[in-house]
Amino acid sequence: MLAQLAAEFPDWYPEWNIPYWLMSILRVVGGLVAVLLPAGGIVYIFLFKMMSFMQSRLGPMEAGPYGSMQLLAEVGKWMQKEDLAPDNADVRIYKMAPLIVLLSTFLLVVVVPFGPQAYFTNFETGIFYALAVASVSVLGILIAGWSSANKYSLLGGLRAGGQLIAYELPMVLATLGVVIQAGSMNLNRIIEVQNTGEIFGIGWIGNPFVITQFIGFLIFMIAVQAELTQSPFDMPIAESELVSGYMTEYSGFRFLIFFIAEFATAGVFGFIASVLFLGGWGVPFTWFGWEGISDVAWWMNFVGPLIMFTKMFALVGVIMWVRFSYPRFREDQLQTFAWKVLIPLALANTAATAILKVVF
Amino acid sequence: MPKVPGLLKGLGVTAGILGKTLKNGADTVQYPHEKEAPPVRARGVIALHEDNCTACMLCSRSCPDWCIYIEGHKQLAPPRRAGGKPRQVNHIDRFDIDYALCMYCGICVEVCPFDALFWSPEYEYSEPKIADLLHDKQKLGEWMETVPEAPELEVGAGK
Repeated sequence: MLAQLAAEFPDWYPEWNIPYWLMSILRVVGGLVAVLLPAGGIVYIFLFKMMSFMQSRLGPMEAGPYGSMQLLAEVGKWMQKEDLAPDNADVRIYKMAPLIVLLSTFLLVVVVPFGPQAYFTNFETGIFYALAVASVSVLGILIAGWSSANKYSLLGGLRAGGQLIAYELPMVLATLGVVIQAGSMNLNRIIEVQNTGEIFGIGWIGNPFVITQFIGFLIFMIAVQAELTQSPFDMPIAESELVSGYMTEYSGFRFLIFFIAEFATAGVFGFIASVLFLGGWGVPFTWFGWEGISDVAWWMNFVGPLIMFTKMFALVGVIMWVRFSYPRFREDQLQTFAWKVLIPLALANTAATAILKVVF
Repeated sequence: MPKVPGLLKGLGVTAGILGKTLKNGADTVQYPHEKEAPPVRARGVIALHEDNCTACMLCSRSCPDWCIYIEGHKQLAPPRRAGGKPRQVNHIDRFDIDYALCMYCGICVEVCPFDALFWSPEYEYSEPKIADLLHDKQKLGEWMETVPEAPELEVGAGK
């Protein structure tokens, strides 16, 4: 991206090559920003403020203006707490588990493109990779549930395992429709197809797949809700019966890592959903007369992330809205909904997309 | 009009309250900065009118938490009429209520035959040290100033 900048503005960047170490630092900082900024924003805007307002209260108001520093205060509180482990816990993997969950989030954000050149990596099979590493978090959660030596944690871990595996299938199948329609698994190519496409000859809004793949979008968002174990799919962490399930025994910064991972993953799934269904970082290319992704102006590398964040916050807002409104599913209802409703529907959607793709 | 599905209706309820809170402010009160006036008959703290107390111990004995401590002695008081015999009265040396134990049931106020105990709506008397929640008779007497006037009896009610 900076190489292209250097080409456009030789005065600004005279013969400037970024050394490998600087590029690595930039990537680490970018990754931290792309994971922690959405997590903090989601917690403050939705968890602290939107939920409070929906319950006719103001939420945190004391730490900083309108309680905006509340999250820092909470982080400080958690960092001070003792790092506890139960006597019978399998201590080494017990302490590893939250890190595995957070690792999955960082692995996910690697493939998300934020601009034509603003990405960490650009895999040809990006969406395949994203769906694969998204299931790493299940391992962390199962480990946490098993190694805690606590019956509530074990129940929560097993419920989480069953739920996350059940809802991964509709998620993959819903993504399949997008992949078939775009003809590529590369996330930047999927964005390009959406922003250069047209619906029945109307091209000024491009062809965001949320219109043509609306059923797929719905299935994907429901599956994301379940993957994030947000209400109404919060059976695994059901605080009133399982006392937070697999997280019961964790305290201090290990709980903090679980907490960050939950909301950072919400943000990353918001990014991925906006790439797959809402046209990602792009605006319809016809607005500026771009033909394809290689024509896109350099400044989209800076505007693109803002567009991505806007779309991500909109999608996560809906996820949180649903979370704050609905009561929890029973375990059997939850499994029935995945296996008997979502998966057949997603299969039908995939088949219909494939047939239409061949016909037209 | 077709029936709106319950799922959408639920989303509408939360969004509606969100909008109402944005427009009119929250139903809650930001406590240390602004305070709600408690109702007149709120059970905040129990005040002692010491002159009415005869150390009869009824309140102490009826307290489910045993949080009222009374000590007293008999002493002679001047006669009511000139030339009469000096009266014998109970004088309280100690009258403590431990608010760390009190559960605000109000049985002591109900049971007092001489109108010595009153409910006051005052509620801000938390202490950093739990021992400071033991209010002695002087402090209980000071609460009398916060006791509101008793409301007028209804017409026809027996005094």
